[in-house]
Amino acid sequence: MIARQLFFFISLLGLSSIAAADTVSGEVQKQPLNLPAIVMFLLFVAATLMITYWAAKRTRSTSDYYAAGGGITGLQNGLAIAGDYMSAASFLGISGLVFLSGYDGLIYSIGFLIGWPLILFLIAERLRNLGRYTFADVASYRLAQLPIRTLSAFGALAVVALYLIAQMVGAGKLIQILFGLPYEFAVVIVGVLMMLYVTFGGMIATTWVQIIKAVLLLSGATFIALMVLNHVDFDLEQLFRQAIAVHDKGEAIMGPGGLVSDPVSAISLGVALIFGTAGLPHILMRFFTVADAKQARRSVFFATGFIGYFYMLTFIIGFGAIVLISTNPDFLNADGRLIGGNNMAAIHLSQAVGGDIFLGFISAVAFATILAVVSGLTLAGASAISHDLYASVIKKGQAANDKEIRVSRIATIILGIVAIVLGILFEKQNVAFMVGLAFAIAASANFPILILSMYWHRLTTRGALVGGFAGLTTAIVLVILGPIVWVDILGNAEAVFPYKYPALFSVLTAFVLIWLFSVTDNSERGRKERALFEHQFIRSQTGIGAHGATDKH
Amino acid sequence: MSADLYEKVKQNPKFHQLVARRARWAWGLAAVILLMYFIFILLIAFTPQWLAEPIMSGSVITIGIPLGLLLIIVAFVLTGIYVHKANTDFDRINQQIISETEQ
Repeated sequence: MIARQLFFFISLLGLSSIAAADTVSGEVQKQPLNLPAIVMFLLFVAATLMITYWAAKRTRSTSDYYAAGGGITGLQNGLAIAGDYMSAASFLGISGLVFLSGYDGLIYSIGFLIGWPLILFLIAERLRNLGRYTFADVASYRLAQLPIRTLSAFGALAVVALYLIAQMVGAGKLIQILFGLPYEFAVVIVGVLMMLYVTFGGMIATTWVQIIKAVLLLSGATFIALMVLNHVDFDLEQLFRQAIAVHDKGEAIMGPGGLVSDPVSAISLGVALIFGTAGLPHILMRFFTVADAKQARRSVFFATGFIGYFYMLTFIIGFGAIVLISTNPDFLNADGRLIGGNNMAAIHLSQAVGGDIFLGFISAVAFATILAVVSGLTLAGASAISHDLYASVIKKGQAANDKEIRVSRIATIILGIVAIVLGILFEKQNVAFMVGLAFAIAASANFPILILSMYWHRLTTRGALVGGFAGLTTAIVLVILGPIVWVDILGNAEAVFPYKYPALFSVLTAFVLIWLFSVTDNSERGRKERALFEHQFIRSQTGIGAHGATDKH
Repeated sequence: MSADLYEKVKQNPKFHQLVARRARWAWGLAAVILLMYFIFILLIAFTPQWLAEPIMSGSVITIGIPLGLLLIIVAFVLTGIYVHKANTDFDRINQQIISETEQ
């Protein structure tokens, strides 16, 4: 049971977007209409639509559309990245996990944070110096455009699609609980708003929606945490003591609770979180919205700070929920469990410390969070289609600016419709595995090619293609044969592959095969590709030749 | 045109100095954070009871809590160190390389 919960939370917490999918598990009861929440959400929507209108007037070139013209500052981008990462589910899921088992919540937060310093040290600057709009720009820099762009685009689309479905299902369920509105209604609202933001406002609107939401979420979480600390006179000892006194598990909540017990799973999970983060297309895309490598670095510095601070808040919020709501019958079902499940802990706590209006605020922020995250995902997916597949593969880099943007807009609308339809179709399905799978694919297919293209001169198209494809298929097959899909969903008695997180194995497969098929590649093309590394390396280090910020309009 | 510039950069000893220095810091800091994280994970896997011991007698706060929070803070501080180093040291050398190359 613990194991199930482990996966459940992991899948929820997933980086950016974790799906609020599991934010609310299973069947949910539609709640009475929550007016303050709806009013505040409408205010958010009005503000973001105004931003979209403003952004649309500034969106003229492909650079504006994909990369906000390179005009985002390090601080703004840091907030936007943090916004991508602090999803509804990471807010509700981590605080819910702390509420349920205390210390284990902190362990998860740390896993999600640790990828960021590594992205700064090893990836951010080179990525910015080499790329233009998508990570495939970097992966295919000196390799054959057609196969590598195609593989990268499919890697990106697979991640985006899995996340989108999970987000849509999560949005629908969350909305039933928070706003008292029907499931389909929520899915359609999310889909339509996201299409508006992305189609008209491109990356400028997507970034600002994300920034606003990040600020709202950080402020809201700070307020809840302060109220909790105020309740115990700012004495942490007191907070923990009261929590231990009322929690079923007593003192056990103060130490590791067995969520990470076997070293292979623990390391495999670590690999998925760290490498997966560095392979998420919508996160990588943010590095092209700043002017240069210096701003890219600053982005990660601020993002790490905001995310770390946010995780500390969720830890306090989780303990605050134990103290303030776990014994309050207003928030409990007849059987003594939290109404709506453990992941509603932060939501109930907001009502306990701030009343109905604040509850409305936090509910609106939770919904806004989903909206912002799906917008980023959709833009990343649309860019893979228009920039990588259409402009680079089909038009061989000769596509006209306005045509490329039009293709991207059409792709956005198609993705939006697909997301709405799948969101409705998957309402009753178990989508928890999708986020785990998205991570595994990002870590096993996107990341190895990306990092080796920047660091290893012997990489060739043949190696990247074979290894990347092997990483992709291994990740998918191992997830299907693993405990979540094979046992929990397909109903078999025992899993063929015993671990829930395949990343350790699939990432290893990818790296080994990329290496093998690159070093044994004696083709003329391979030789040329190796020779190109030197100039690529100089550009990645110095920024000479990098795409700069375009002129402001 | 860029190709000529790159050849020029390649001849510049400062470029090799920049590469070596950046690599030392980037890989060094990456090693620090990875080592800390995996030690933390292994502690959880093998000696969870040690992490659950109180920091001092009479306190309910366990060793694991300051340790976990410290890890979050260290992650942030290390990014700060790298950014500072890069903004001052690396960028200065890089500017020199660029201006010498464009002459």
